[in-house]
Amino acid sequence: MKRIVSVWLPSQATDRLERLADWCLRYTPWCAVDDGNGTGCGGLWLDITGCAHLWGGEKALLGDLLTRLGRQGVRARAGIADTPGAAWAWARFGDIDHPCLPSGGQRQILSGLAIRALRLPAAIVAGLGRMGLRTIGDLDTVPRAGLTARFGEVVLHRLDQAHGREDEPIAPRRPVAAHRAERAFAEPIVRAEDMAAGIRDLLARLCADLQLRDLGLRRLDVAAFRLDATVQHLVVGTSRPTRDPRHLFHLLDDPLRRLDAGFGIEMLRLSALDVETVTVRQTHLADGSVPKSGDALTRTIDRLENRLGFGRVHRYALRQSHLPERAVRRVGPGAAATGAVWPEDCRPLRLFDCPETVEAVAPLPDAPPLMFRWRRQIHRITHAEGPERLSAEWWRQRQADRDYYRVEDEAGRRFWLYREEPCDNETSPRWFLHGIFP
Amino acid sequence: MRLRKSIAALEAPEGHGHYAVLPFGVAEIDEALPWGGLPLGALHEVAATGDDGAAVGFVVVLLGRLAIGQDKPVLWVADRDDLYAPGLAALGLPADRLMVARPGRGVRPQWAMEEGARCPGLAAVVGEAWDLDLTAARRLQLAARDSGVTVLVLNRGAGSSAALTRWRIASAPSVVSRSGDWAWRWQVTLSHCRGRGVGEAGVVATWLVEWHDETHRFRLVALAGNGPA
Repeated sequence: MKRIVSVWLPSQATDRLERLADWCLRYTPWCAVDDGNGTGCGGLWLDITGCAHLWGGEKALLGDLLTRLGRQGVRARAGIADTPGAAWAWARFGDIDHPCLPSGGQRQILSGLAIRALRLPAAIVAGLGRMGLRTIGDLDTVPRAGLTARFGEVVLHRLDQAHGREDEPIAPRRPVAAHRAERAFAEPIVRAEDMAAGIRDLLARLCADLQLRDLGLRRLDVAAFRLDATVQHLVVGTSRPTRDPRHLFHLLDDPLRRLDAGFGIEMLRLSALDVETVTVRQTHLADGSVPKSGDALTRTIDRLENRLGFGRVHRYALRQSHLPERAVRRVGPGAAATGAVWPEDCRPLRLFDCPETVEAVAPLPDAPPLMFRWRRQIHRITHAEGPERLSAEWWRQRQADRDYYRVEDEAGRRFWLYREEPCDNETSPRWFLHGIFP
Repeated sequence: MRLRKSIAALEAPEGHGHYAVLPFGVAEIDEALPWGGLPLGALHEVAATGDDGAAVGFVVVLLGRLAIGQDKPVLWVADRDDLYAPGLAALGLPADRLMVARPGRGVRPQWAMEEGARCPGLAAVVGEAWDLDLTAARRLQLAARDSGVTVLVLNRGAGSSAALTRWRIASAPSVVSRSGDWAWRWQVTLSHCRGRGVGEAGVVATWLVEWHDETHRFRLVALAGNGPA
């Protein structure tokens, strides 16, 4: 049986509601913002199914929540019920002293509330009032088809949501991890060594839990709940699923230094956001030394990616295109080798992203140049090979053909130049430098 | 002779001869080095100022041999990403053995190079450094010694003395054979080497080598400078 908490926070801006929703993650991961459609009577949803016993019961949880909100200067009222609609109604119109509706017994209690508690637009509430329907119980006495014909679907929709006949899902703000380990501290911790020790302990618990299920995690989220009702998140990722607590702690080494404890951290929670099955290789007892190089490489790639940024470590893969700038694409470091054979053409060692304009002098229109000027330096060409004509891909937009030459200047430097034939025959051809040979 | 040996022993306290080597395939170069080839698991520097096409090419050739010989990938810590994979394959480095890491503004390349140098799953690490101070170079050398990873630094500034060998590569005019084969030529200079003194030109030795595409080998063309001291 679901138990939903609706917290009513009158006149709070949406970004404040979002920050409070993030803070309420300490009670349950299923937190959402109820923006009240801009009417200013928004609040929060919390799904506390199965969590209430951790706080000593639903009333104790509500008491703790309202006390802490009160300490931050936030006026709030709350209600607990089986459905979001009923909780919303009870939080705003119900009895303050008994905020928890009994499970399964809410229908009777709800029927005494005003129709405004059903989240209906004001015009419809006024219309129902003119018909003499003032409480939710009155709506049950009227035939449903008549209500639909007169006011549309919304009245019955909200009524069914409140009574639980229709499902109203709450979308949590953050993805809910199936595997979590958390620890609340009796006294808020401030020192970095304490935070590190706490995280190490939680990592050991989380990884033991994953090991029981043969799983490894790819993304780990560390949430630190501070005394001033803010949450700081650290996220690390790995390229292969892992459950090695030492490797994960090493990855967290740098982000931990940037974690600001503020006045103190009162709770730490580790969540495994992405989990995958781990294939464990059986090693032979007779082997003298187990080759660890594969693991070492994966760990190094993880450390590089987490520190430099995902997407800053890559390999090269072949792409089927004869245009040199499109022949290579970047793939992640963990991508398997495709074994594709690279074409045999002679290609430069460095290729510029944007070919640079050069001024070249060629004796004949079709001959290689005699000299060219690049970056204000003149290079006299002693040897040239070419031309190699590369036409543009005709299925894309019309581009000029290119005649590529491999040239060497008097000092032995080797370049890859091309002459671009203009599409119209009026303008003279232009020369570009596209790459450098060793 | 004995004095030379004792100086060499003092200069290399880690153990002078205990390195695995990568032979260059050119007898004169291999003899000039006290180990008989390029020592693995150590720090080497290649000067790369200004036109560095030849220096990068030389490094790529070494990487290819290391990657294929040890069957492990190599890591290149670069600030600009303009290496062209088909060109690497022509010098003997298959593109699927190369991993490129681009540190952004906030991270020093030395950190990435050290991480790579500590990983026994890599054959070699190449990094581009503007000013490698002595401490950073010493750390790289120690990390390389522990893990067996060869670290090559493309030095765009002044060199440091922690490297075992320091090289300077320059392009040299090629000669086109009568059959139209165009073999690239480089001037390879060994400017410093642990255990060898410098000659009159201020470097240990200079060679003119030619690169052959088909066989992926060097060939010595001429001994352009002094012999090894």
